[in-house]
Amino acid sequence: MEKFQTVSGVAAPMPLVNIDTDMIIPKQFLKTIKRTGLGANLFDEMRFNRDGTEVTDFVLNKPAYREAEILVAGDNFGCGSSREHAPWALGDFGIKVVISTSFADIFYNNCFKNGILPVVLPKEAVDVLMEDAERGSNARITVNLEDQTVSATDGTEFKFEVDAFKKHCLLNGLDDIGLTLQKAASIDSFEVGYAAQAPWV
Amino acid sequence: MSAPKTLYDKIWDAHVAHEAEDGTCLLYIDRHLVHEVTSPQAFEGLRMAGRTVRAPEKTIAVPDHNVPTTLDRANAETMTEDSRIQVEALDTNAKEFGLHYYPVSDVRQGIVHIVGPEQGWTLPGMTVVCGDSHTATHGAFGALAHGIGTSEVEHVLATQTLIQKKSKNMKVEITGSLKPGVTAKDITMRVIGETGTAGGTGYVIEYCGQAIRELSMEGRMTVCNMAIEGGARAGLIAPDETTFEYCKGRPHAPKGAQWEMAVESWKELFTDEGAHFDKVITIKGEDIAPSVTWGTSPEDVLPITATIPSPEDFEGGKVDAVRRALDYMGLESGTKLSDVEIDTVFIGSCTNGRIEDLRAAAAVLKGKKIKDGMRAMVVPGSGLVRAQAEEEGLAQIFLDAGFEWRMAGCSMCLAMNPDQLSEGERCASTSNRNFEGRQGYKGRTHLLSPAMAAAAAVTGKLTDIRDFA
Repeated sequence: MEKFQTVSGVAAPMPLVNIDTDMIIPKQFLKTIKRTGLGANLFDEMRFNRDGTEVTDFVLNKPAYREAEILVAGDNFGCGSSREHAPWALGDFGIKVVISTSFADIFYNNCFKNGILPVVLPKEAVDVLMEDAERGSNARITVNLEDQTVSATDGTEFKFEVDAFKKHCLLNGLDDIGLTLQKAASIDSFEVGYAAQAPWV
Repeated sequence: MSAPKTLYDKIWDAHVAHEAEDGTCLLYIDRHLVHEVTSPQAFEGLRMAGRTVRAPEKTIAVPDHNVPTTLDRANAETMTEDSRIQVEALDTNAKEFGLHYYPVSDVRQGIVHIVGPEQGWTLPGMTVVCGDSHTATHGAFGALAHGIGTSEVEHVLATQTLIQKKSKNMKVEITGSLKPGVTAKDITMRVIGETGTAGGTGYVIEYCGQAIRELSMEGRMTVCNMAIEGGARAGLIAPDETTFEYCKGRPHAPKGAQWEMAVESWKELFTDEGAHFDKVITIKGEDIAPSVTWGTSPEDVLPITATIPSPEDFEGGKVDAVRRALDYMGLESGTKLSDVEIDTVFIGSCTNGRIEDLRAAAAVLKGKKIKDGMRAMVVPGSGLVRAQAEEEGLAQIFLDAGFEWRMAGCSMCLAMNPDQLSEGERCASTSNRNFEGRQGYKGRTHLLSPAMAAAAAVTGKLTDIRDFA
């Protein structure tokens, strides 16, 4: 996984609440056996008409937001299915940060496995950033994971919380499995004790 | 004496294989269920890193999401090319890594969350994960069960653990008894109506109270299945005699002395008196009505006797969401839900595809016909549910009423196979999600119980089961 760098750029506003993973990547695109190439179908049913032409007023189709690296979204972003295709599609499109007041649990975890930073901020802060985002390329938002800050265009800084272990992995592009396998001895000894206690498992 | 613990605390504590100073744990996983859609990239990742499956004997694979449900499905040509590739990939991976495997041709094949309990893989006190959000279903056994992403699938395959931090505890108590016509589906939808789809975020819910105790295992699975729609990591119900009775004699349940030993330990799986819950919700069972969704989020739920709300009834970001939902659903504020006409009925899914669900629907349909022009299908949750329903004469009732009687799979719950709504079609569905496009592009979904779905098939509109004769 690539190391997460500070992101500074245009943010796309998606104020709709409860944007679910079916919206982010509809099921017909889950039939792939690869992790790549899903960006073309990110938000497919909101972004494209049935004939493949673009829905002109969808945010990511507007000239100002076609290269957006940040999404500012309504409450409970990423609810619904566990499909990791959702962060795969966001990442493949070029989104590196999603900012919201809240995220669904599984989606939130999936982001970190794919170099995407989900940032939780209070409503007042998200409102400010949403307003910034509405201003298109006239506004830039900066997200610094090291310092755990999001800076609005006028320089206002919002501090965010993130789990220290998740932050460490994202900043260093670390592979979870490799880290866990270093603790294989703990797993081995747990298994021995557990098998004696619950042999039917 | 140690501090009182919740059921979740007890299961969690029994599975921590390693704890770091910051509280990050390696949680040991007892059962890993795998299906064809969220696993191919995980197996590919293992291969690329030269890793293997640590505990194939605890890993169960079954294709369900995009398998056809038509009777001729044994013919591979009925599957689209990309679906066939995914199913074949599962087949290859299951065999290469030596997993327990139920291929499409096996009568035991079905929806992964129905097969697990049916085969006795899911047992009280276990940790169960699957690359599918409805893994919450298995919580009905007093097992800690939740959905994971594909990277985590790979992590569990390689290490039999998950990197986790503990969630908070929420108690949802349903007191008293349910009234006639009210089901487990109505309980779980009512809870989501109270909490909203994000109300459970960061929590594991324990459902308790008399109305929960009075449910069968099938009903309890329906309740826990939709815990995820309320945002919770998992839903749990403490095991009791009903649970033990269900598990006893299942192919992979313990036998003989081990069974006795297991039951003794399962009897410890309850929340201690005085244990701390971070959030408590109490609902009177008698206050729960047969319910139906009207919008595009599972929280958009009301009793069947209600009228469709207006965007102005809501606050904040929900105002626009409701406006969008009503437009998508083609509904007017103020319309009575019981006046909404439907053209399709889907009975099935991991929420309501078990034998009890089919019995409830068949009881409504016996001697009746579905409305002219109605498209109605029953998709049993597994091949064994299908076989049992045929033996009990339920299949014939469905066929006589005009329903299609299909093979097992996820089917129109997520419409990855050809079972889909067309643009503008309106479906009374026993599934779990009414999201935009969930059952097909521009398709419209109303979630409800199996009996309510069956009644709707007959009358052609959403119907109060209590008025249906």
